[in-house]
Amino acid sequence: SQAAWCELPSRVLLVLTSQRGVQMYEADGSTMVFWHALDVPELLAAHSVFARGIAAAGGRFICVGTSFGAVLVFDIPPKGTNVTLSEVLEQHRDPITDIAAEQGQAPDGAGDLVTADDSGTLCLWSSGEEFTLLGKIPGSGCTCSSVALWNGIVAAGYGNGQIRLWEAGSGRIRAQVSAHARWIYALDLAPLTGKLLSGAEDSFVHVWKLSRNPDTDDIEMQHCHAECVTDTQVCGARFCDPAGDTFAVTGYDLSEILCY
Amino acid sequence: RVDEWTDVDRKRVMNDIISTMFNKKFMEELFKPQDLYSKKALRTVYDRLAHASIMRLNQASMDKLYDLMTMAFKYQVLLCPRPRDILLVTFNHLDAIKDFISDSPGILNQVDETFRRLIETYNCLSDGEFQLIRQTLLIFFQDMHIRVSIFLKDKVQNSNGRFVLPISGPVPWGTEVPGLIRIFNHKGVEVKRAEFSTAGNYITPQREGSFELYGDRVLKLGTNMYSVTRPVETHMSGSSKNLASQAKENIAPNPLAKEELNFLARLLGGLDIQKPAGGESGFRLNLFTTDEEEEHAAQTRPEELSYKVINIEATQEPGRRAELSRILGELDVAEPRPGSAEKGEDLLALMDGL
Repeated sequence: SQAAWCELPSRVLLVLTSQRGVQMYEADGSTMVFWHALDVPELLAAHSVFARGIAAAGGRFICVGTSFGAVLVFDIPPKGTNVTLSEVLEQHRDPITDIAAEQGQAPDGAGDLVTADDSGTLCLWSSGEEFTLLGKIPGSGCTCSSVALWNGIVAAGYGNGQIRLWEAGSGRIRAQVSAHARWIYALDLAPLTGKLLSGAEDSFVHVWKLSRNPDTDDIEMQHCHAECVTDTQVCGARFCDPAGDTFAVTGYDLSEILCY
Repeated sequence: RVDEWTDVDRKRVMNDIISTMFNKKFMEELFKPQDLYSKKALRTVYDRLAHASIMRLNQASMDKLYDLMTMAFKYQVLLCPRPRDILLVTFNHLDAIKDFISDSPGILNQVDETFRRLIETYNCLSDGEFQLIRQTLLIFFQDMHIRVSIFLKDKVQNSNGRFVLPISGPVPWGTEVPGLIRIFNHKGVEVKRAEFSTAGNYITPQREGSFELYGDRVLKLGTNMYSVTRPVETHMSGSSKNLASQAKENIAPNPLAKEELNFLARLLGGLDIQKPAGGESGFRLNLFTTDEEEEHAAQTRPEELSYKVINIEATQEPGRRAELSRILGELDVAEPRPGSAEKGEDLLALMDGL
């Protein structure tokens, strides 16, 4: 199960995913605005079916991934409960792991949404009445567990501990980092500064800085800071502010949220 | 007392338990895609297995044995370097089991059959699917922090019950030692390399473990913890407060769960349980140093850690079967649970066969 705040210009919704489907609540948790049950085909009974990956896109939509590989696009009205399923994107053949929307300024042709799956395949989309597939980055067999999108740069965290940066427009790899010794669980980006946060099962949380060299157009990536959460497999890591001055961490068997 | 047992007894118990566990029908049931058993259901199956032979355990010893097994398994799942290493851990378990019954070809065959089935079913799963399995297992074990002597002594567990996660040693197969940043230009040519350092001290692994029927697993997780004689102690004081709320959740009785347990018990009980000669009650295994200690442990076990084992009646009354069909019938009217109707039919069919 996952929970995420989806910020749209008109409202903020709390979206929850589970094995049953998707639920959306008003920001104060007072009312359930919408509920979508996943259709479980007969032959998949008792197999794992779930929704995973949540992102708000295009100032109007909420996208949710599924274990079938399909991405559900919901059209959200500025007020009220009249949420409709606008589209089902079917480009992935493996369960969706994460979805991220552009958090900065997308360069032309770069799209504003990235979806990732178990095989490591990444799809780049342009949101709208009809979503357009702009590009597909094939996976190399390793699960992409987490993605972020900023200024046309896709940051992807993988099950083998690697972080890769991809150029959203061309689909080319721009950086590869042997960042962690175990499965990366979380990536978060601070849009004001381009700081990237990564958390993994190896107990480490790293802070990186992304930037673009205006002359060469190369993407730069620097390591800023490492934090070891002793004897804890980090499951969640998020910046607490858009500049990335503080961040919070959660872990398996940990009943506390640690703030740095 | 354990020192009254002979080698013949030990061998007998080992053979009985292993052949019960690897019984064909039981394995078939286990391999069906299904939800994880509840904690109660698992504990009951475990109790039944432990009593599949002439060995008997009192409640306190049984609780202690279960605590030990639970924490050991949690440790193995948690520390798997790669998600698919949980399969290697299972293979380590099976390799050790085969060693225990190496001179009983019939049982060895049963185990090998299961081994082949595991290879067939699981070797092809993706990393993502293995991680899902692993996460499901870890959720089951969440908030359990019983301290185990052997783990405390080996510095594998802290005094607060949490396991030590080393930040040194070989990285998982397929992972690089952390520290390198490579930058590529828009043509895909590497233009820069930079290094970063951390407190970790990792090295490259030598080789990958084998997923075949026979082979070097490389991974030590899941190998016999007791290959050297060790104490068998667990400590419950200072366990997490969260356990209390968890225990409360499990109290509400679920009639279908009880029927499922009865079925499993029947499945396990359907085999000849060896009765000891002379009508004795069999040999009792005491995991504590004295009978008095065992009795004391039973009385002082914290409420939130009692397993509330369901009493199993291994009868075959038609009344029970009717009750099961009634419960399953009711399920159709309420929220449909995917797959439960099929499962009911299978259960009934199998019960007819017993």
